[in-house]
Amino acid sequence: MNKPAKTSLVGRPAPLVDGIEKVTGKAKFTGDLNTHDALVGRILRSPVSHGHILGIDTTHAEALDGVEAVITGKDCDKTYGVIPIAMNEYPMARDRVRYRGEPVAAVAARDAETAAKALDLIELDIEELTACYTPTESRAADAPRLHDNKPGNLEREVHHTFGSTTDGFVEADLIREETFDCAEINHAQMEPHAALAEYDAERDRLTLHSVTQVPFYVHLTLARCLDMDSSKIQVVKPFVGGGFGARTETLNFEIVTALLAHRTGGKVMMQLSREETFLTHRGRPNTQVKLKIGLAKTGKITAVDCEVLMSGGAYAGYGLVTILYAGALLQGLYDITNIKYDGYRVYTNHPPCGAMRGHGTVDVRHSFEAILDRMARDLNLDPFTVRRANLLQAPMFTSNGLMVNSYGLDECLDKVEHASDWAKRKGKLGKGHGLGMACSHYVSGAAKPVHWTGEPHAVVSMKLDFDGGITVFTGASDIGQGSSTVVALAAAEVIGIDLARIRIVANDSVVTPKDNGSYSSRVTFMVGNAAIEAARAMRAKLIDAAAELLDTDPDSVKCEGESFFVQGSSQSELGFHEVAIAALAKEGTINVKGTFTTPVEAQGGKHRGGAVGSTMGFSYAAQVVEVSVDEDTGQISVDQVWAALDCGFAINPLAVEGQIEGSVWMGMAQGLCEETNYLRGLPTHTNLTDYRFPTIEDSPPIDVQIVESIDPLGPFGAKEAGEGALSGFPPALANAVADAIGLDANFLPLTPDRVLEALIKLRRAKRRKEANT
Amino acid sequence: MKRIVSLKINGKTVDDVVPDNSLLMDFLRDKQGLTGTKKGCDGGECGACTVLINGHPRLACITLTASCEDQKIETIEGQSKSGRLSALQRAFHENLGAQCGFCTPGMIMAAEALLRKTPNPDIDQIKTALGGNLCRCTGYTKIIKSVQAAAMSGARQ
Repeated sequence: MNKPAKTSLVGRPAPLVDGIEKVTGKAKFTGDLNTHDALVGRILRSPVSHGHILGIDTTHAEALDGVEAVITGKDCDKTYGVIPIAMNEYPMARDRVRYRGEPVAAVAARDAETAAKALDLIELDIEELTACYTPTESRAADAPRLHDNKPGNLEREVHHTFGSTTDGFVEADLIREETFDCAEINHAQMEPHAALAEYDAERDRLTLHSVTQVPFYVHLTLARCLDMDSSKIQVVKPFVGGGFGARTETLNFEIVTALLAHRTGGKVMMQLSREETFLTHRGRPNTQVKLKIGLAKTGKITAVDCEVLMSGGAYAGYGLVTILYAGALLQGLYDITNIKYDGYRVYTNHPPCGAMRGHGTVDVRHSFEAILDRMARDLNLDPFTVRRANLLQAPMFTSNGLMVNSYGLDECLDKVEHASDWAKRKGKLGKGHGLGMACSHYVSGAAKPVHWTGEPHAVVSMKLDFDGGITVFTGASDIGQGSSTVVALAAAEVIGIDLARIRIVANDSVVTPKDNGSYSSRVTFMVGNAAIEAARAMRAKLIDAAAELLDTDPDSVKCEGESFFVQGSSQSELGFHEVAIAALAKEGTINVKGTFTTPVEAQGGKHRGGAVGSTMGFSYAAQVVEVSVDEDTGQISVDQVWAALDCGFAINPLAVEGQIEGSVWMGMAQGLCEETNYLRGLPTHTNLTDYRFPTIEDSPPIDVQIVESIDPLGPFGAKEAGEGALSGFPPALANAVADAIGLDANFLPLTPDRVLEALIKLRRAKRRKEANT
Repeated sequence: MKRIVSLKINGKTVDDVVPDNSLLMDFLRDKQGLTGTKKGCDGGECGACTVLINGHPRLACITLTASCEDQKIETIEGQSKSGRLSALQRAFHENLGAQCGFCTPGMIMAAEALLRKTPNPDIDQIKTALGGNLCRCTGYTKIIKSVQAAAMSGARQ
């Protein structure tokens, strides 16, 4: 679709359609729902990392006045998990516990105090087993097996080769190999987890309100775990206080809350503490990357050999997708013919990891861009020159079958190079100050969803009724990224009406069409396209009615700004209501829908795992980071960031800017300070003081530039905007630190203690070298 | 132990019986239905529950209701007048100072306290005033812009 005209609604900054509720405090998040008649749900969690459950005595808890239900793993024998072939988790542990904090029992009581007392009265008899906390421990010959069907605690291994790395490394003028260790991190979305479940025992119906990004998965999982017909279940997503991937999988507390409601025949509110929200985890795994790159003197990449080891925690979750993403998205950014990838996802006795913004790709991209910079230095080439030597030519397919239809990386590079005054300032800022750059990309939705049913990837329906209002129904989860606004803008634009005429109804499974959810940055591309198709169907109905009124053929009728007219005719224009009444007179309430299905050629290579990483379009980003480093303390401060992102077309530039700023900042948080920590399996980071991320006082100005490559398949040419810039920040930071103090850091995060330790090592090595010469 | 407390919430006098250990946040949310005040952490870390007590920004999650006897409490719900947004609310809305919106009430209340005292703050003053309010969505850039926009609109009036 061509870029729209300048008079359009799309392409102009628009405040969020649900923004007023957010600034007035009227927005109801799950924990804000009226719960005067609800029981309080609480979860009892495993105190050990690994053990056999010998017995759980609930008699004292059940006898406590005010306790309505006590349930344990015995009450649900159905596994769950986001990947249909890897469901190996129970809502509450049965027989074995595999991490500290794993749910083992739950209570519903009349108030919070009673629920807390009841938890204290549950007696656990657990025989502790040897636990594995690191991938080395998990892979040891004598390591206990976490899951009987997974020898060596290897959840999934991936081996992919495209082209010939042997030939590629022979062609190289320079080969460099390095290893990187990137810490596990957590989403730490501001809203703690919560769920509200109500069971109607007379009708055998269940309603769950939850913080989910993917109500559809929750719906399927509840049907499975409660053994209910899915038509008896309703899932509603209220306002959600951030996701970042944490809520892409159905989470244990959602099922437990439903089980408690089912048991009590009533309503149960479960509000997890911040500590429990951390324990539920599903964050980015600790990732060790061994990466070898071959470059020609020109900077052209001749070969890449990458080995990735991820510590996934105790259950499968999204793990196999994460380890596949890590390899697949080595491609799609640069032109690489010869590439080998070996990935290993290992179980450990820690809370399960999962999807987090930039799923699977961030730590690998960090390693790649950091090495590339060092090789540029070795070859005496500018970092920008090396990137430009490896640009793709769209349209094309990568050697692992990824479709690239639009590509704005070259323009992103030009923009940040110019904005940061790179040529004049790089390497010239003086000791302790530096500039670094890096590139990155991300998918605009997975071309093949994990729950593959053959249905369209997105459906939007639309209603016009007697009041002249147009209601748009979407299952897309607005989690703050502005998806409802994109859908409303697309609909109003295509029909030719005011945005104010549109109401959005989202995320109630009884009312809205199924949607695959808000993950892998799929919503703008897929739901946007479905909204456009639905709007075209609605417009066609209105145009037909207008044509009859104007006594002309539909092709010559236009609708702009709520007026229907014949181009170039002196006939008077028709107003929206007039036309709507005529259209309704023909058939009554008008319901239309639009769908979007990904084209087959976008669905990836034919190799095993080839669907992961496949998409209709990649966003592209380049960024430059300026830092100051205190060599006495190891403290890094980020002074300024320049980021450019190719989002195809900015349907709502305000939201695109917000997404770029947020993702760049989140990359900064991972680069500078974020990490989870465990003491023999005990999470020690489970609050917002110990789990550090930058405050407003630590956060730099972010200069954002939007590049519009107009994707041929994107809605108005749009692609994703919320993830692509994240993974470029940590390497741009590391490269800036190298520029500032000559330290090549092979770890994340770059905390002062780590930086100082590395500096001391570097100084020692220098002194040794000097002494020997 | 319980006691009767009398406090002024958003200009309205409220008398109620509260346990000694009642937290202002729970009192506002559960007893007054003022759920705009958010609970984002396990106590005193995130700023999402920021309210004004006698004009000062305070964390409702670590304030005892009983200690607010005769105090003037202002929450996000009291900021709009006759259904119209306050300058800060409008600025946060128009400049995308709110993405998911969970930290927003606390941000706006902390910024409100700042602008009453310092109508034309510089960036450092804004950063200091909002230093205890965490946000995970915005990178804070549009929050700063929103506060600046509200200050500008105030200057025009």
